[in-house]
Amino acid sequence: MFDGISIQLLMGQLLIGLINGSFYAMLSMGLAIIFGLMHVVNFAHGAQYMLGAFIAWLLLNTLGINYWGALFIAPVVVAAFGIVMERLVLKPIHHLDHLYGLLATYAVTLIIEGLIRQQYGSSGLPYSSPIPGGVNLGFMFLPWYRLWVVLFSFAMCLGTWYLIEHTRLGSYLRAANENPEIVESFGINVPRMITLTYAFGVGLAGLSGVLAAPIYQVSPSMGSSLMIVIFAVVVIGGMGSIMGAILTGYLLGVVEGLTKVFYPEAANLVIFVIMILALILRPQGLFSKKEGA
Amino acid sequence: MSSEPTRAPLLQVENLNAWYAESQALHGMSFEVPEGELVTLIGRNGAGKSTTLRSIMGIVRKRKGSIRFKGEELIGRQTYEIARRGIAYCPEERAIFASLSVRENLGLPPVLSAGGSTDEELLEQFPNLKARQNSMGTMLSGGEQQMLAIARILRTGSRFLLLDEPSEGLAPVVVKEIGQQILRLKERGYTILLVEQNLKFAQMVADRHVVVEHGQVVDVLAADQLQANMGRVKTYLGV
Repeated sequence: MFDGISIQLLMGQLLIGLINGSFYAMLSMGLAIIFGLMHVVNFAHGAQYMLGAFIAWLLLNTLGINYWGALFIAPVVVAAFGIVMERLVLKPIHHLDHLYGLLATYAVTLIIEGLIRQQYGSSGLPYSSPIPGGVNLGFMFLPWYRLWVVLFSFAMCLGTWYLIEHTRLGSYLRAANENPEIVESFGINVPRMITLTYAFGVGLAGLSGVLAAPIYQVSPSMGSSLMIVIFAVVVIGGMGSIMGAILTGYLLGVVEGLTKVFYPEAANLVIFVIMILALILRPQGLFSKKEGA
Repeated sequence: MSSEPTRAPLLQVENLNAWYAESQALHGMSFEVPEGELVTLIGRNGAGKSTTLRSIMGIVRKRKGSIRFKGEELIGRQTYEIARRGIAYCPEERAIFASLSVRENLGLPPVLSAGGSTDEELLEQFPNLKARQNSMGTMLSGGEQQMLAIARILRTGSRFLLLDEPSEGLAPVVVKEIGQQILRLKERGYTILLVEQNLKFAQMVADRHVVVEHGQVVDVLAADQLQANMGRVKTYLGV
């Protein structure tokens, strides 16, 4: 196809890009939902993603609950952790500058990572694929589990977008993003909505962690290394823009994958180069409707 | 003080003090709103009229004194709990949601008690909105936005309305139309507390005027007493 580049390499990296993009999309979507309503830059998102993966590993290795059980249980446990965290940490400081929320969630990240590292060590823990095998497409081998991750995360992103953009519950959420006081004056329990929204966003991170467990090593730092990219995705897509976060997540995953094919040296940098360009040329984000930053 | 209400008060505000951070905005406001009446809060800019409404709704949280609605104390309650007791609030800035269509804006407030208008009834009542129901909320003119802001709170079933300067920034013909809509609401038995700077508009619709200055009530006048005291009121308003 291209000089010196095989179709196997190209398609393989495209698949990896799509898989990474799936995680970018799901995580940045949760981050965007939380930021939109609470104006909190949830630095703990990576730790909550890691918690999801760890809970899946613990469920399997201590209670014998398999992946499919973990796919339901782990996000609920992480969401419950989110509710406690919102009540104890975020609610008392919600009237302060956004920077305090970022610092508080960063502190929570360090605490969670530290505790997990102390208990389970730094090295990755293996989690076997619940759907072994795959299909040979002729030009590449497609593992079933990876296909499942791409399709499932796409369905989750689409479902969440639909919930927010096309349902009554979503209209409450969008209205509260703009003016929470007025929405509350309509008789809607906005404080509870904030708690549940945070729990939902955090639950999405936990769900992503379960999806990631069979692909990546389950380790205390698996979230923090991803978070830098996730923040870049949210900045490029537009803080608070749900569809922006989803599209940018997939797009950047694919761009990153393709860069590995055409110019591997830049693969780790390309997202941040795009972020700087986006900040200079369109600071409000590629998909934000707002004019200016 | 010249006017004593004859009907039972629906709302009783006594010695209400309110603060924005460390800055005190209300200094012992006391007044009553009898059931079925339309009472205006009039006064110059910064007198504390809007703060009074925001304090009643619990949007201004730092308050002392007493706000009793149907005999129940509202201070200490959250905004959504106050709304659920039957008070609806239409803010000065109208707060039309830019990310929602007219129809979505209209349908946003939940039905809290029986007796509210349905979406279809509201569109009949406010025909301008019917033609624009699929437009985004902020594409409406100022008058249409004001109609929408009033219309949507009628959905909840609340019978006590707090309206903050509905005539502000609107053309005279639109002000007249809004006034007629408000009078219709009064005829339907709504109790209304209206913040107004436009004295002519206040005169057109009110049963009673509460004059506010420096976060305090300085006069209460029945509608028929306003003309006789116009000189004094105009001094209060600085016009």
